[in-house]
Amino acid sequence: MSMANEPLPFELRHETAQFGMWVFLASEALFFGGLFLAYLYGRTHWAEGFDAAARHTDVVIGSINTAVLLTSSLFVALAVVAARALRPSDRPPGDAERARRRSAHRRVAVFLWITAALGVAFLVLKGIEYRKDWLDGLVPGTAFRLGDEAGAPPVGAALFYVLYWVMTGLHTVHLTIGVGVLAVFAVGASREADWVQPPRIDVAALYWHFVDVVWILLYPLLYLPGRAG
Amino acid sequence: MNTVTVDRGPAPPAPPPQSAGPSYLDDGHTLASWFATHDHKRIAILYAIAITAFFAIGGIAAAMMRIELATPAGDFVSDDTYAKLFTAHGVIMVWLFLIPSIPSAFGNFLVPLMIGARDLAFPRLNLGSWYLYVVGGAIVLASLFLGGLDTGWTFYTPYSTMFSNGWVVVALTGVVVVGFSSILTGLNFIVTVHTRRVPGLGWFRLPLFVWAIYATSLILVLATPVLAITLILLAAERLFQIGIFDPAHGGDPLLFQHMFWFYSHPAVYVMVLPAMGVVSEIVPCFARRRIFGYRFMAYALLAIAAIGFLVWGHHMFVSGQSPTAGMVFSMLSFLVAVPSAIKVFNWTATLYKGSIRFDAPMLYALGFVGLFTIGGMTGLFVAALAADVHLTDTYFVISHFHYIMVGGSVLAYFGALHFWWPKITGRMYPEIWARMAAGLVFFGFNLTFFPQYLLGYEGMPRRYHAYVPEFQALNVLSSAGASILAIGYLLPLFYLAWSLRAGARAGPNPWQATGLEWQTSSPPPTENFASLPAAPDDVYGYTPRLGRSPLHVDGE
Repeated sequence: MSMANEPLPFELRHETAQFGMWVFLASEALFFGGLFLAYLYGRTHWAEGFDAAARHTDVVIGSINTAVLLTSSLFVALAVVAARALRPSDRPPGDAERARRRSAHRRVAVFLWITAALGVAFLVLKGIEYRKDWLDGLVPGTAFRLGDEAGAPPVGAALFYVLYWVMTGLHTVHLTIGVGVLAVFAVGASREADWVQPPRIDVAALYWHFVDVVWILLYPLLYLPGRAG
Repeated sequence: MNTVTVDRGPAPPAPPPQSAGPSYLDDGHTLASWFATHDHKRIAILYAIAITAFFAIGGIAAAMMRIELATPAGDFVSDDTYAKLFTAHGVIMVWLFLIPSIPSAFGNFLVPLMIGARDLAFPRLNLGSWYLYVVGGAIVLASLFLGGLDTGWTFYTPYSTMFSNGWVVVALTGVVVVGFSSILTGLNFIVTVHTRRVPGLGWFRLPLFVWAIYATSLILVLATPVLAITLILLAAERLFQIGIFDPAHGGDPLLFQHMFWFYSHPAVYVMVLPAMGVVSEIVPCFARRRIFGYRFMAYALLAIAAIGFLVWGHHMFVSGQSPTAGMVFSMLSFLVAVPSAIKVFNWTATLYKGSIRFDAPMLYALGFVGLFTIGGMTGLFVAALAADVHLTDTYFVISHFHYIMVGGSVLAYFGALHFWWPKITGRMYPEIWARMAAGLVFFGFNLTFFPQYLLGYEGMPRRYHAYVPEFQALNVLSSAGASILAIGYLLPLFYLAWSLRAGARAGPNPWQATGLEWQTSSPPPTENFASLPAAPDDVYGYTPRLGRSPLHVDGE
């Protein structure tokens, strides 16, 4: 068997791509892990400050956004299932086969567009929330205040908002990249491009799920403390 | 330079390469064929060139420090310049030389060859990693040319965020970019070793160099992102004057140290594990013995990588962490000495009843074993809580980690350079000159750094450009050693360049070594192997079987 430039078998490419993304996500998990460590550190030292600060995040928008992202993950999973029909097959080429592939491409495109649209909806809601946070003075620095609460904010409140902005900010950057990637695949799928292949859709979906999982952890940490009782 | 090819007796079965394409060096001569290449071997060369340039710059900074320290008075450079020099030296040597040196240059070249693969799993990503590395390196250099920074390579807060006037954020940006290059390189190696091994090449048939690169990659992928987020937080604190690490603004400086060392201690193992891999290839080959305790060697690499994640607090014994934390970190630090010692014992045991030749790669490898042992043993001194109170921030610490990083990693880098030079270039280097350079490096290194143990023990603090006259004698010895070390570093530049044109042809396997990389022509063809190589039964099959004459029948 010669080693010169033969295309690798489909199964190996699939395995390679997926494994590569899992390793990348492990790295990403540690990237956010540093922030979760800082949060843990701050919350154990200044629990009251963190609780007081967390009461001022917008729990309504946060909850809606959680629902939006979870729904988007459902649709990206549907896209993965639909893309399975695009595996290389032994079926004889012909009109029936072409029609089958076209319908698969169309389903992939629709599911990806819905996912990306939900991602954009999340970003719009997040933007509205950021504006409101800004007007409420929830920005660490000299003018930091907790909405219209009188007096100096308790110790730890500023650190909470540093983490709030950095964590949600980095999450937003990741989500924006995800929307871009899914949009590219959606365009490709609606044009029935050859490069829209199951391994790539799988990898993009894995990334999307990761962004979703990060939010599932951020939501209780940033929106729920200090609101019970 | 009459006999440069070495006859080492019967070779392991090495089928002559059949109708291979052009060697990777002849496969295109345009700039684009290099700067847009996806060939792991060419990318390795690109790394080697960039790494050598950064090594030279970091070395110049060190040379200026040693000139300043030749006299007690601070007369050659100002205190501020001195601080910028040791920062530049640290940042460049850690992130632009040591971390990428063996993995990115030799790992890139050798891992696919050693596992019988055509290339890494993600060739384009590999090239992208190189560009990230170069861009990050350029940003770091820019921060130096703009005026430098004086924080030390550790960027300790709140000095780095609230007080330093240097170009901190620019340097941080460069380091983060280089960090992403590390992550992607590590990812590429992990996936490659998992998915691209030639059929029949099980995990416990892999060369230990591949194991070492694999263990290193795990650290790169799991520790580097923590550095990235730490430095991003540091930049945020400095740019927006918000409190994360600065106590005056409601932050906590200890948090920075925890997060920084969570990366930076494992990073030490990023520097030394690949070096251990190199030594594990060289020692069996030049002793004509199977590596002693192969499985233990592989497990020890993984154990060092794993335990290395749990010892970061030993950098903070005097920083104000709780005594309990100090004790736990101290014990864990002692624990990491166990797998390290296993490796030293096993290299030594490999030599037993071996038939040893002292070619240049072997000189470097043996130098590594000795110097790593000294560096490791003094590591136990500083891992002990009470002793560390005395030794913290003295030249003892400087000497300890230079024994690991220079005595260990740099010697192994040069060992690898000589061992695989025939494979990479197809030419032999001049042995006499190489042995002389190895001797100079070993002697110069010890003369530079052994006096620093004594200085540190006597209490000379690090990071000062002036010192009391009592310390001068040892400092003069150290500076003299540094000049010898510099000659040892410069020599290979000349004779290796000479060998590219005038060196003897190496042939596929000049060392009669057993690894798969020696079963293809030198330099290898672009597709690595003319036909799919067979997985070797025993990757260290040097030891003669019972009842046979020893494999080692030396020369004529």
